[in-house]
Amino acid sequence: MAMVSAREWREIPGRYNLIGSKCGCCGKIFFPSRSFCPDCRRAGIGKMEPFKLSRKGEVYSFSINHEYSGFNGRMMPYAVAFIRNDDGVMLAGQLVDVDLDKIEIGMRVKAVMRKLNEDGAAGVIHYGFKFVPDNE
Amino acid sequence: MREVAIIGAGSTKFGELWGQSFRALGLEAGMKAMASADLSGEEIDAVYIGNMSSRFIAQQHIDALVADYTGMAGRHIASTSIEAGGASGGVAFRQGVMAVASGMHDVVIVGGAEKMTDLDDDSVNEVLNGTTDADWEAGMGLSLTSLYAMIARRMIHDGIATREEIAACAYNSHFHGQFNKDAQFRKEIKLDTVLKAGPTAEPLTMFDGAPISDGASAVILCPLEDAKKYTDAYVKVAATAQASDSLALFQRKSITEFEATAVAAQQAYEMAGITAQDIKVAEVHDDYTVGGVMALQDLGLYKKGEAGKAFLDGSTKFDAGKIAINTSGGLKAKGYPIGAAGVSQIVELYAQLTNSANDRQVKDAKYGLAQSVGGTGSAVTVSILEAM
Amino acid sequence: MTGIVSYGAYVPRYRIKPEEIGRVWGANGAAMGKGLMITQKSVPAPDEDTVTIATTAARDMLDRVPEVNPADIGAVYIGSESHPYAVKPTSSIVAEAIGATPNMTAADLEFACKAGTAGIQAGMGLVASGMVKYAVAIGADTSQGAPGDALEYSASAGGAAYLIGNENCIATINKTLSFTTDTPDFWRREGMMYPVHGGRFSGEPAYFRHVTSAAKMMMEAMGTTPADYNYVVLHQPNGKFPTRAAKMLGFSDEQLAPGLLTPVIGNTYSGAVPLGLAHVLDQAKPGDRILVTSYGSGAGSDAFDITVTDEIARFKRDNAPILDKILADPVYIDYAIYAKFKETIKMPEEE
Repeated sequence: MAMVSAREWREIPGRYNLIGSKCGCCGKIFFPSRSFCPDCRRAGIGKMEPFKLSRKGEVYSFSINHEYSGFNGRMMPYAVAFIRNDDGVMLAGQLVDVDLDKIEIGMRVKAVMRKLNEDGAAGVIHYGFKFVPDNE
Repeated sequence: MREVAIIGAGSTKFGELWGQSFRALGLEAGMKAMASADLSGEEIDAVYIGNMSSRFIAQQHIDALVADYTGMAGRHIASTSIEAGGASGGVAFRQGVMAVASGMHDVVIVGGAEKMTDLDDDSVNEVLNGTTDADWEAGMGLSLTSLYAMIARRMIHDGIATREEIAACAYNSHFHGQFNKDAQFRKEIKLDTVLKAGPTAEPLTMFDGAPISDGASAVILCPLEDAKKYTDAYVKVAATAQASDSLALFQRKSITEFEATAVAAQQAYEMAGITAQDIKVAEVHDDYTVGGVMALQDLGLYKKGEAGKAFLDGSTKFDAGKIAINTSGGLKAKGYPIGAAGVSQIVELYAQLTNSANDRQVKDAKYGLAQSVGGTGSAVTVSILEAM
Repeated sequence: MTGIVSYGAYVPRYRIKPEEIGRVWGANGAAMGKGLMITQKSVPAPDEDTVTIATTAARDMLDRVPEVNPADIGAVYIGSESHPYAVKPTSSIVAEAIGATPNMTAADLEFACKAGTAGIQAGMGLVASGMVKYAVAIGADTSQGAPGDALEYSASAGGAAYLIGNENCIATINKTLSFTTDTPDFWRREGMMYPVHGGRFSGEPAYFRHVTSAAKMMMEAMGTTPADYNYVVLHQPNGKFPTRAAKMLGFSDEQLAPGLLTPVIGNTYSGAVPLGLAHVLDQAKPGDRILVTSYGSGAGSDAFDITVTDEIARFKRDNAPILDKILADPVYIDYAIYAKFKETIKMPEEE
């Protein structure tokens, strides 16, 4: 059962470029993008603006996943993390090109583009952000 | 609103039940509950069923299937199926209570059922991961287990619980599982068994997570004032509350507590007119050990930082004279047929509060609490039952 | 004058050594490595491909010129022989990922190993004519070498991106020219997994003829000799070919070495010359002159005469990691992991 490629296509701004949204009412930044501020509700309608989030941040929590997980079968075990980015927004993603025993809370990371999944060998490839250690 | 009573309860055995279909399981639990309430079946005028995913058996329209195979469809009574991730059973129970309380229905059967072993393990994990944010958690490579693992990691980092204290939740569940003849695992384990098992999502291991199970549970509800007509063994539904939260865990203010649990608990205590101190027995959602630790804290049964210690020092055992936690074996040892989980908790509390819990009977419990969790705390129900 | 406004480079973190490849095939890997002058080659992670490599290089390129608005990029050309799709452009994905869309043109180029430099030429034309303000040209590959074939010892992954413009250039491109013939020394038919090569035929009549001809034509046109250049960057399918070609042309090892990365990363195909030039620009000073000559089988060479400007002193090179830093912390893998990464292990059928 395959999803039509539109499902992933419409998420490209967030997946590729971390485009979230910022409420013109309360100033809060959201990722993924929302069309409507859950805090301001009606008062915020029409005031959400696209906001490009910083690709840099630090590890808030992490786990090393050992359960088989589809596309990542050739990358087992792999790390996942919650990242608090430099705008203060929490992001969730994989942490790759990292020495698994050296990951720690507070570690600096940056978002890069990687393959997230694909719809089989003949289907669309889905690209999106993952995090790598930021040694700069 | 009318007050509501539980007049009967029943469960199938939980486990890998290769010989039994979803239909057979649902029927067995329903029949046991009706027998326990001494009903013929004619009395029932509505069915609510908690079921998490039709993908396990490739069958939509579970409501019709259940009504049909339990003989309810012949009388054309209302049948409704409910999905709320891991909280499906808890929400179904609340819907049933509301139906009776409102006066819309009089005698209601609430069932919960899941047949998970008809699907291969990888696909089961995919379905479970579907209870997270499919686009921004599962779609990014994060599994449900890894989300709970990140909660555990952060709890340890913040000094809320140690790794051993978190693991002790599984020890407690397995300790109780040995007394429950319907439990999937009936063997006590050592703490080291949890700590040294193969990792699923570090720091969690195989023994920090509930198993893949088949099973079904059911309870019968009626107005409290009519309960005596059917049985002497009935309990009152003192409260049932439900709260929601963001679908994605990473969007919460805190990942070391489930606000939905705290909110639902607060409402439930108010509704029942009691406080957390009045609870003597509780069934909490320990699909992952760390979830059990959080539950005790978010429910106000223990202060933040104290719940893990309670599991570790044995305060949570049925005979410790404190708050008995997961006397059924919890989801960890009893088994976790997802849609059945929330209803099976009510089945256990019914047994405890009608003094029929045999080897694991908690003494002098007047109030019992059940907490059922969907996803990573995005839907939580808290129900309080009162012995009569 | 038209030139390079910024650049960025990327090489995956994993490496395998020729000794390890030889061990599996019962060949003398050490001797093979020595003959090719390759000590190790880069290997892409399973979640890396030409799109992700090109995107990383292009983002680093833009990070170094924060004053450039990505919307002013009017063209993105990506040269590769490992575009992830046979039909569906790499360039539109990368353009989207660097914020250049939608008012722009994009195309994927293929000319074996020289499609990246072909992209630079195409971009120069658009920029010089005023059709676009900036053009991005990227050479990137996750190149294929059949298991057990000689190519397996060298075929690697990496790429570099160049921002071409008329103003604030860190290096001006004084001239470019090409030398092109129909020479079937290396090819891959549509639908085939691995390329086929003509063995020794890919040397004299192919690589050496085209590279030396283009380089000589450039020096004649510019009235220069090897002594006029601080650096020479030549296509580098291995370490041996460019070393010999440089000698034939009269360049010294000192002029060649900074632009020669193949001995430590393998043959990055379309990424090879762009990466070699990036490594030179990582250390270049105002006034440095560079002769660049790429090679693509099939066959052709593009030559560039480049002068580094004063602008490079103000260039925010440190906004992104230089190649020496990118290459500093490799992870060595054995052939089993390599085979897993390259998907040459037969996996269970998908349902």
